[in-house]
Amino acid sequence: MNIIEIKNLKTTYNGHTAIKDITFNISQGEYVCLVGENGSGKSTLLKTIIGLNKKDSGEIIKHIEPDKISYLAQNNLVDINFPATAKEIIMTGIQRHGKLPFYKKEDHIRFNEICKLLNIEEIVNRQIGELSGGQRQRVMLARALIRNPELLILDEPCSGLDINITKEFYKILNRLNKETGLTILMATHDLDEIENENARVICIATSVKFDGTMEDGLKMFQNDVERK
Amino acid sequence: MEFLIDLLQYPFMQRALICGVAISLCAALIGVVLVLKRYSMIGHGLGEVAFAALSLALVLNLPEMYVAIPIVIIASFIILLISQKQGESGDITIALVSAAALAFGVIITSINKGFNIDVYNYMFGSILTLKPSDVAISVILSVLMIMAYFFFYNRLFMITYDEKYAKVCGINVTFYQFLIALFTALVVVIGMRMMGTLLISSLIVFPAIIARRLTHSFKGMAVMSVIISILCFLFGLVISSLLNLPTGASIVMVYIGVLVLSIIWKKIVK
Repeated sequence: MNIIEIKNLKTTYNGHTAIKDITFNISQGEYVCLVGENGSGKSTLLKTIIGLNKKDSGEIIKHIEPDKISYLAQNNLVDINFPATAKEIIMTGIQRHGKLPFYKKEDHIRFNEICKLLNIEEIVNRQIGELSGGQRQRVMLARALIRNPELLILDEPCSGLDINITKEFYKILNRLNKETGLTILMATHDLDEIENENARVICIATSVKFDGTMEDGLKMFQNDVERK
Repeated sequence: MEFLIDLLQYPFMQRALICGVAISLCAALIGVVLVLKRYSMIGHGLGEVAFAALSLALVLNLPEMYVAIPIVIIASFIILLISQKQGESGDITIALVSAAALAFGVIITSINKGFNIDVYNYMFGSILTLKPSDVAISVILSVLMIMAYFFFYNRLFMITYDEKYAKVCGINVTFYQFLIALFTALVVVIGMRMMGTLLISSLIVFPAIIARRLTHSFKGMAVMSVIISILCFLFGLVISSLLNLPTGASIVMVYIGVLVLSIIWKKIVK
C-alpha cells in the first residue's frame, strides 16, 4: 500500500530548479535511501514533502495523517550553548497542531519507552550542548520517534559523525524498520553502511536517475567510481 | 530597615512595588524567549517607539497608555515580521525603526513644549509618576500575560528552540511569533513609566542573560530569570530611594553588578 505518491514534482530554490520531473511512490514499511551528489536536490525534495519548501508544480499525495510523519534534519543543533536538556527537546516531538500544549501521563510513559529503546536514559537530564555528536543525534531521533510516526524522513542524519557512530545509528534505523514496520525515507551518502538488503535506492540529480534495489544501487555506485 | 518600612507607608512607593514586581516578572519571562531567539534588541527598538507614541499623546493631549499600547504593539509586529524575513541582518530593521521613532519623538516634543519634566520622566523613568490607574493596568496586563505564557509554555519553548521543526509538526508558528511580539510590546508599555523608554529593554534582556550563564535547562533559565529580575528590581528600588537616584538607572546598575558576579562565579566554578 502506497503511503506517499509523488508525481512530476518540481521545486525551485533561490531561483534555480532544484528538482523536476520527480515521480515515485513509497509503500508502507519500505526503507528508501535517497542518494545523489551534493546539490542534487535531495534535501529540497525532502523539505518539499514535509512542507518546509513550496512546490512549483506536480503532486504529493499523502495516504497518511500528517501527524504520522516525522522528520530528522541535518545539523540539528541550533546553538551549542542553548539552555535546554535532552528531555525538554525530546518532549517537543509530542506537540502537534490541534493538541493542547500540555504533556500528559501517557506522553511521559512514551518518553521513557523511547529513551530505553535508544539507550539514552542516562543523558536525558543533561544540557544538549554537553552531549557528543552521536548522543545528540540519538536525542534528535528520540524527538522524531516520540510522536509514534509511521513515516520517518531523515536528511543526512549522520553527516559529521564518525564511522562507528554512523554504523550504530543505521543499526537502530534497521531495527526500527524491521521490527516495528516504520517506513523510512532518508537522504544519505553512506549507502555502504546501511546494511539493509531490503532497502530501495533512489538516485536523484535534479530528477530521478535510478530507482532500484540496494544491490543494484551499490553496483551502480561501484561502476560510477570505477568510471571516474 | 526602619527607613525602608517608613518608605513603604507612602502610596507612591506601594504603587512602585506592585508595578515593579509585576513588570519584572513579565519582562524576565519574555526576555528568556527574546534572548534565546536573538531578538534582544527588539525591546530597545520598541522603547524608542514608545517614546514617539508618548510624545504624540502629549501633543494631542490624549491618555498616554491608550496611544502607546496600540502603536507599540503594531510596531512590534512589524519589527518581528521584517526581522524574520531579513534573517541574520534583522537588527537593521530595529536600528532603522528605533532611529526613526526617536527622531519623530524629538521633533514632536520640540514643536510642542520642548523637553519638559513629563518627557524627561518618560525617557528616564520615575516611580513618582505612577498613578493608581497605571497600577491597575500593569497588574491586569501582567496577570493576563503570565497566564498566557504558562498556557503556551511548551509551544514557546519548541518555537524558541527549533522553529522549523515546529512547522513540520504543524504548529502555527506565525501565531506564536505574534504572541511573542505582543508580550514584548506589553512589557515595554507597562514598564516604560518606571524604567523609562531608554532603559526598558534592560529589564527584558539582563535577567535572561544572567540566568543563561547559571542554568542548563530552559525551565531553569525561566525560573532563574524571574528570581534575578525581581530581586534586582527590589534592590535597585531600595538603592534609588536611599541615595535619591533615578529608579530605572539604579536597577540597571544592580543588573550590571549581578552580571559581573555571575561571570566571576562561572569562571570560579569552571
